[in-house]
Amino acid sequence: MTPLLSVDGLTLKTGEKTLVSDLSFSLGAGERMGLIGESGSGKSLTAMAVTGLLPKSIVPTGSIMLDGQQVVGTPERALNGLRGSSVAVVFQEPLTALDPLMKIGRQVAGPLARRLAREGRSPSRREMERDVLQFLDHVALPQPERIANSYPHEISGGQRQRVAIAMALACRPKLLIADEPTTALDVTTQAEILKLLDGLVRELGMALLFISHDLPVVATVVDRVTVLRNGRAVEEGPVRTVFDQPRHDYTKTLVDAARAFDNALEGTA
Amino acid sequence: MTAMDETTPLPAAPRRSRWSLALTVGLILVGIHVAVALLTLFWTPYDPSATAGGRLEPPSLAHWVGTDRLGRDFFTLIMIGSRIALTVGAGAVAIGAVIGVTIGLLAAFATRLLDDALAATLDILIAFPVLLLAMLVVAASEGASLWSAILALGIAMSAIVARLTRILAKRILQNDYITASRTSGTSWPGVVVRHVLPNIWPTLSVNFALQFGIAVIAESSLSYLGLGAPPPNASWGRLLQEAQGTVYTAPIGAIAPGIALVTLVIGVNLLADGLRDIGDPTRRVSR
Repeated sequence: MTPLLSVDGLTLKTGEKTLVSDLSFSLGAGERMGLIGESGSGKSLTAMAVTGLLPKSIVPTGSIMLDGQQVVGTPERALNGLRGSSVAVVFQEPLTALDPLMKIGRQVAGPLARRLAREGRSPSRREMERDVLQFLDHVALPQPERIANSYPHEISGGQRQRVAIAMALACRPKLLIADEPTTALDVTTQAEILKLLDGLVRELGMALLFISHDLPVVATVVDRVTVLRNGRAVEEGPVRTVFDQPRHDYTKTLVDAARAFDNALEGTA
Repeated sequence: MTAMDETTPLPAAPRRSRWSLALTVGLILVGIHVAVALLTLFWTPYDPSATAGGRLEPPSLAHWVGTDRLGRDFFTLIMIGSRIALTVGAGAVAIGAVIGVTIGLLAAFATRLLDDALAATLDILIAFPVLLLAMLVVAASEGASLWSAILALGIAMSAIVARLTRILAKRILQNDYITASRTSGTSWPGVVVRHVLPNIWPTLSVNFALQFGIAVIAESSLSYLGLGAPPPNASWGRLLQEAQGTVYTAPIGAIAPGIALVTLVIGVNLLADGLRDIGDPTRRVSR
């Protein structure tokens, strides 16, 4: 079986500078993989490359096969059909990822309407509203009616991230890319969002590409990880193996740093 | 501590009413002008081109603001001037908006080279005053008419609208929610309709109101110079020009059109300001 996403020898360059070099990994349907590394290691760029939405100044080479379609060098029009149906993204900063002048209900309705149109259905306004409320309810937002009628600045950060997840789910993609979805949230909310994402991905059978610099967070939601450093994959394998017996020095440093931080927390608690 | 997320939301925090004094005053001023303009389509106190009284009569019960040099009822002429001013303002802004927003959006989406070329052209155009550009366009067209004035002003102000649109659209396109929207499969035209236009509208609409005022004043200037609507169209600028010779003997002839002009321009600006506050949910009114 061909994997859902297969990245092969991906290199991203801007001018003379190489941002990601010779990155390869693959992800089967329903699989969950983490992409970890410090900021600036090329994690997010890799995600944008997968959706074909890199800034014009960054030139990709290599191959990205997503759902049987080559992404690198494919014209915009062909890629647009892929976005939403094959892949959707949840971003780091939930406030800026929502249009400030559009009510939540309409924002969720947008991708939902596109998916239904793709499936050849044209729901009435009534059905649409009901479906939107269902999605908001699905991501455990309290009082869906009130939220649907609110603007992004009127709800809390955690609620916004739930809305962003609802929008991604409304696409019903085969692959969900979560780009540091919990980094901008406080620790308690983080745990709730992670639990929600984890549950939904399992329930809907989506593949998950989870991008983070936070090792403990990654460990709770994925099966495999790829460790990136300065745009290169330095280590790859099942989560447990990589974290318990890191082979590469950089991974060791990362794991040690995370442990030291945890110990420090427990020490002062 | 519980996360913000899970606390019960406040019971429907009511959005503060954004109805402001500016909006009320603006509505009243513009409303009066619109009502008068509509009224002139069916009825005016006197026939605008008939001699209804003596020459340069002072205000009286029969002629509220007196009569002009030819003995025409001045109030009737000012009423018709309302209609012309509104037509010019709305027409010029509509033309300027369509051309300007289209060029501005094109520039915002264009390649670097085309964008730079467009931006430079717009900057050069903006360096010329609207009135001068409008005079050039009128001069280039066949004879002065109301429509040539509207077209001229519309084209002249499209450069300003285009530059503003370009900048605003570029700023909006930088936002994460555009990328987020793109990743869920929104096409570029979809992004423009769904996100860009609604987000640049609050700023654009205020600019349109400003342009409306400028257009009304510029048309008066064109008429004053004899490049606007030709007689018997009683535009305020023409009334002012005709009153020039008698400004000391019958000052009302210059004051009345001036007041009409000022109330309309102020009204439109207040209205736009008030509507912007209502239209933008993130804006809190504290006046």
